[in-house]
Amino acid sequence: MSQKTYTEAINEALHEAMRLDSSVICYGLGVTDPKAIFGTTANLEKQFGTERVFDMPTSENAMTGVAIGAALNGTKSVMTHQRIDFFLLAMDQLVNGAAKWHYMFGSQNSVPITIRLIIGRGWGQGPTHSQNLQAWFAHIPGLKVVMPTTPEDAKGMLLASIFDPNPVIFLEHRWLHNSIGEVPDGDIRVPLGKAKIIKSGKDITVVSMSYMTIEAIHASDYLEKQGILCEVIDLRTIKPLDWQTVMESVSKTGHLLALDSGFSTGSVAGEIIARVSMENFSALKSPPARLAMPDVPEPTSPSLTRGFYVRAADIVEKVMDMMGRDTGQVRKDLIEPIPHDVPGKWFEGPF
Amino acid sequence: MVEEEISRRYSEKKMRCPVHLSIGQEAIPSIFAMTITKDDFAVSTHRGHAHYLSKGGNLDAMIAEIYGKSTGCAKGKGGSMHLIDRNVNFMGTSAIVGNSIPVGVGLALSTKLKGTDQISCIFLGDGAVEEGVFYESVNFAAVRKLPVLFICENNLYSVYSPLSVRQPKDRSIAKMVEGMGIEMSIGNDSDILANQKLMKKAVSNVRSGNGPHFLEFPTYRWREHCGHNFDNDIGYRSEEEFLEWQAKDPLKLLERNLSKDSIDLSKKLLSIKESINSEVLAAFEFAEASPFPDQLEAYKGVYAAEGAQ
Repeated sequence: MSQKTYTEAINEALHEAMRLDSSVICYGLGVTDPKAIFGTTANLEKQFGTERVFDMPTSENAMTGVAIGAALNGTKSVMTHQRIDFFLLAMDQLVNGAAKWHYMFGSQNSVPITIRLIIGRGWGQGPTHSQNLQAWFAHIPGLKVVMPTTPEDAKGMLLASIFDPNPVIFLEHRWLHNSIGEVPDGDIRVPLGKAKIIKSGKDITVVSMSYMTIEAIHASDYLEKQGILCEVIDLRTIKPLDWQTVMESVSKTGHLLALDSGFSTGSVAGEIIARVSMENFSALKSPPARLAMPDVPEPTSPSLTRGFYVRAADIVEKVMDMMGRDTGQVRKDLIEPIPHDVPGKWFEGPF
Repeated sequence: MVEEEISRRYSEKKMRCPVHLSIGQEAIPSIFAMTITKDDFAVSTHRGHAHYLSKGGNLDAMIAEIYGKSTGCAKGKGGSMHLIDRNVNFMGTSAIVGNSIPVGVGLALSTKLKGTDQISCIFLGDGAVEEGVFYESVNFAAVRKLPVLFICENNLYSVYSPLSVRQPKDRSIAKMVEGMGIEMSIGNDSDILANQKLMKKAVSNVRSGNGPHFLEFPTYRWREHCGHNFDNDIGYRSEEEFLEWQAKDPLKLLERNLSKDSIDLSKKLLSIKESINSEVLAAFEFAEASPFPDQLEAYKGVYAAEGAQ
């Protein structure tokens, strides 16, 4: 075990999967180019050859269908798009094809496909390079949707996704790519459909996913100093969602804040609040709350994205408000970083 | 004959799903049946009954599927537009125009990776040629030199919209596709034997690793786009056009030619028809007698379980 970046963890998972199973192939626009999808596909072509690792035409829709056809003959595709937004061209093949194939042909075929989609944010990614569409995909029966936060989960869940017999949407937040964590060696599959309690606490349940979990951890550190102990649940898998972990936590804490990196309306956070309210209403001691992106396309100019994202300060303020605490000091303690539109010094653009 | 029986019984309202009949377009699947091997792959469209049968798909299972029975080829989950028979590598049909085209290309990619000599056959219509995914698929098949046979049945209409409002006059579909860098051939509208030669040659070219091939056959749909009726009266095409195509129907012409030369042959044809007819009637009996799937089956099979094929 050693410290690795999220990017290295993804790369390691791909190497491991292709080594374990010769039916795994890997393709996408830029997979074999010198930048290798932010380094995530580095050395794969060298290691496994051009038949199994290849660049592709700019044809998101057909290449998704190609993955279905290949799967029907036992070939497992891992397809990557540098931004989730490009993949919107492939909705027919994903929604009408991959998601339903197993069901609509009477369970005779499975379509193991992993589709890696990278979510951008900041540095002027703008309206069409920054969308968090996990709720869209989760809406479709037959798809699995995963959003790992830590490098270890990135590796373990990518391995689990590749060897899952279903189509899996694997969402990587660009702001996580350079995060560092312990990543075990070898075939360390992390089961899909299980959330992780990142931080245990008795006062409030904070449900989160992907990059939002990082903000939630910062918030819970601050709140701990104020005497409020958050239970931070990192969903990891959006579909199928681990309701048991969510319900048990709310039963314990009696308060729920659901975070989402996507737009507010129709969000995963909204679904969590609905279901907890319907099925676990008696456990709630205060109205559940949600923090998600406004129902507005993400603008480009850095001046327009100031205060635009949900950050630790927003989470802290919301939690303290729910607990009936004074929030006067929060914005002074947790100011928006300058610059606000990059995940850290390591990020120097362009995307 | 299968679809004539579907037509006869459709108004009984026991087949409760849309049906898109290939009556009038049978010549192409007929020669396909004689050209292709069981191991080769095929995918098709919403108008896929004839393709399924031509690949050797099980007739009982198809009729049962249209009746929504548990013995159907997709256990009642798919209906007429989602036919499959894995035993003969007929891998599926799709209700969405152009949707199965890249799936066929993906099958070819996989066979190439595995080094088998199977080819992948993709049935499509003239409407699918207007979908973006068609160009994406042809392009990828061409760039990777995949063993794909595209079989385009040009029946002149997309639902009720004639080719003239959809594609430029005098532009040949096959020639346009040739411009994308793959070989093509254009079939004849009435000579089934010539078309058979064309298809044989195309299959052998694709099988020997020369990359994809695009076949275009002119043909004509006799019945309405969706359903069992004739619809020349509603005004989107003329009775004259219909009669002209009926007169040059390749199967009818072949039958006439064979019968006029020999009484033996015409007797043989009659007995073949009788035997097919009893097969068809048996399939309908099978479908009618089969049980419906349990209501709770609707909620099963959304995900494939670990270790699924």
